[in-house]
Amino acid sequence: MSHHVLSLLVEDKPGLLTRVAGLFARRGFNIISLAVGTTEVPGLSRITVVVDVEGLPLEQVTKQLNKLVNVLKIVELDSAQSVQREHMLIKVRVDSTTRSQILEAATLFRARIVDVATDALVIEVTGDTAKVEALLRVLEPYGIKEIAQSGLLAMGRGSKSISERVLKNS
Amino acid sequence: MPTEATPVPGPSAPSRSEPPVLTGSGAILASLEKLGVTDVFGLPGGAIMPFYDELMASTAIRHILVRHEQGAGHAAEGYAAASGRLGVCIATSGPGATNLVTAIADAYMDSVPLLAITGQVFSTSMGTDAFQEVDITGITMPITKHSFLVTKPEDVPGVLAAAVHIATTGRPGPVLVDVTKDAQQKSAPFIWPPKIDLPGYRPVTKAHGKQINAAAQLIAESRRPVLYVGGGVIRAGAHAELLRFAEETGAPVVTTLMARGAFPDSHQQNLGMPGMHGTVPSVLALQESDLLIALGARFDDRVTGKVSEFAPHAKVIHVDIDPAEIGKIRAADVPIVGDAREVLLDLLPAYRDAAKAVKPDFSDWWKRIESLRTQYPLGYTLPDDGLLSPQWVIQKIGELSGPEAVYAAGVGQHQMWAAQFIKYERPGSWLNSGGAGTMGYAVPAAMGAKVAQPDRLVWAIDGDGCFQMTNQELATCTINEIPIKVAVINNSSLGMVRQWQTLFYDGRHSFTDLNTGHDTAMIPDFIKMADAYGALGIRVTKPEEVEPAIRLAMETNDRPVVIDFIVSRDAMVWPMVPQGVGNSQVQYARDHAPEWERE
Repeated sequence: MSHHVLSLLVEDKPGLLTRVAGLFARRGFNIISLAVGTTEVPGLSRITVVVDVEGLPLEQVTKQLNKLVNVLKIVELDSAQSVQREHMLIKVRVDSTTRSQILEAATLFRARIVDVATDALVIEVTGDTAKVEALLRVLEPYGIKEIAQSGLLAMGRGSKSISERVLKNS
Repeated sequence: MPTEATPVPGPSAPSRSEPPVLTGSGAILASLEKLGVTDVFGLPGGAIMPFYDELMASTAIRHILVRHEQGAGHAAEGYAAASGRLGVCIATSGPGATNLVTAIADAYMDSVPLLAITGQVFSTSMGTDAFQEVDITGITMPITKHSFLVTKPEDVPGVLAAAVHIATTGRPGPVLVDVTKDAQQKSAPFIWPPKIDLPGYRPVTKAHGKQINAAAQLIAESRRPVLYVGGGVIRAGAHAELLRFAEETGAPVVTTLMARGAFPDSHQQNLGMPGMHGTVPSVLALQESDLLIALGARFDDRVTGKVSEFAPHAKVIHVDIDPAEIGKIRAADVPIVGDAREVLLDLLPAYRDAAKAVKPDFSDWWKRIESLRTQYPLGYTLPDDGLLSPQWVIQKIGELSGPEAVYAAGVGQHQMWAAQFIKYERPGSWLNSGGAGTMGYAVPAAMGAKVAQPDRLVWAIDGDGCFQMTNQELATCTINEIPIKVAVINNSSLGMVRQWQTLFYDGRHSFTDLNTGHDTAMIPDFIKMADAYGALGIRVTKPEEVEPAIRLAMETNDRPVVIDFIVSRDAMVWPMVPQGVGNSQVQYARDHAPEWERE
């Protein structure tokens, strides 16, 4: 199995997410991460989904997704040709002896401290999957109390945009 | 479906007068009328009452009140399958809507253009577990091509036009429109034609020229080609183009269960049905072929048997309007996305060009096929218990009724025999539940077909099990003067399950006795039942009674007819490929496998 990042341009219609998620479930595909948000075009949303499949089933799931009436476009973004970012909030246990070490680690990872308490810090980090995982490894020994994580966001490099050709055709 | 036949309104001159203000219900009715709908099947209830109040006054639309919503669904399917037009069914919220689910799933599997309209509770009550509330758009998401929830009256025309467009174009299928009661009651200006905005829906009908040429080349170079014809050819209305192309190439043709009638059975090139209960020549022609030309077919497991052993030496040209079907089961050497009719139109000249240079020769291939035909003709042995042979009865019905009749089957042994022993010459003459295998399809589907084509003789070839699932629609047929003929092939059991129990479960007939037939309590008595429903009931137990009964049924048009054919329960469907093995293991009859050439 391998991870694939799919970017879906969809009409912002009620039940759309159910249709997409239901299709994955029905055809037996495992969603690793999911991020949904609005786009630069009113009425259109973008779903970034990371899925764990082999090449041939991936083609099948892409074709099935394309059959959904509200799905306008699907592109697979490979890591070399795209920018991929995760966003995470980490609540880590601190005391007077560990605080400075954790602050230093956060600085090294260009993470930000967004909440401070006497016995805990909330760290905000953005980066690709490897960077986020590396920070987690560093913080782990201090005691991670809580994690909140966004789905992966991804966008193709260069000047082209996913909505360009779709809008030209309509 | 032919794209030019879509009932979607094109741009027209803007009217100068103000649009009329209609209730949402009025807008549903007006939209259906504008979309060319003339017949609908349904049953009212609380959440759809505002629409029914409007419908009562309509002169353009005939509403047929069914006795169960499933009947409305299958009737709409039969209507669509027989005529090629859109089928429409209507139900209320909650259980009314869930009763449509089986028919919607059936239409999804068999690509039937179906519009299901359901009432929904007030939008203000949605999500509160209100009386007769179910999330029917949610429930039907996996079994519809698309679905809509309408909560505002101004959305009605646009949604219905879009729904019909989606249901009837591309790969046809069911579309559900759920309308809340307040959307039906409130008013809005009725603007027609509405703007249809479906940026994510653009079915491809015209194939790529390069692919057409590649396909033509492969066909010209092949030695053992087979035209593997599926139901898509019927949905595309491509039968005439298929006939021309098949005759130009001279290649053998197999017609799947969904494609019976797409190519005339009387045609010398037609080898019959492939698959689990296909003819031996058809099954083995596919196995020995070097090129499958799949037209609107989807390599269903009932056709392929064990996929890894299916047509092991064949290259594949796969033509389908649904890109997701291509390569789903079997990789295609030449994938062609397009409407079967348009593709065949393009393929014909391309093939002629390719054949000029190559001079294809299929004479050895035909020699082989003819020897299979001689050795393994479709047939059956007469039962030795003195009871009627079900195959013979079905064959007789076909012979006496002819190719202009419509035959709707239930699901099981009688369905396979009807697919095998009735000869189909035209598309739309054979209706059945192929993909979903829905018992109970026959009676309501026949009713729908008769409404669509009142001048045709319409038979429901049913089993005693199937018949008991939907025979309440006999009441609908009698009251609405829809004189269908029902042939109950009564073997007193769930025959196909019983056959599998005999063959694969050591003859342990677990819960397959229905006690409707010979030497049983005959509960229910189908003749009394027919009588109770105002239909003519005829019981047939002897061979000499068969033809007179069929003739009497054909002559009786003032009410429906039910013939209870008491047949042998031991008759089995042959040939058969047992589930899970390769098609080369086809059994011509019990313990009798044909010899075939292995490479």
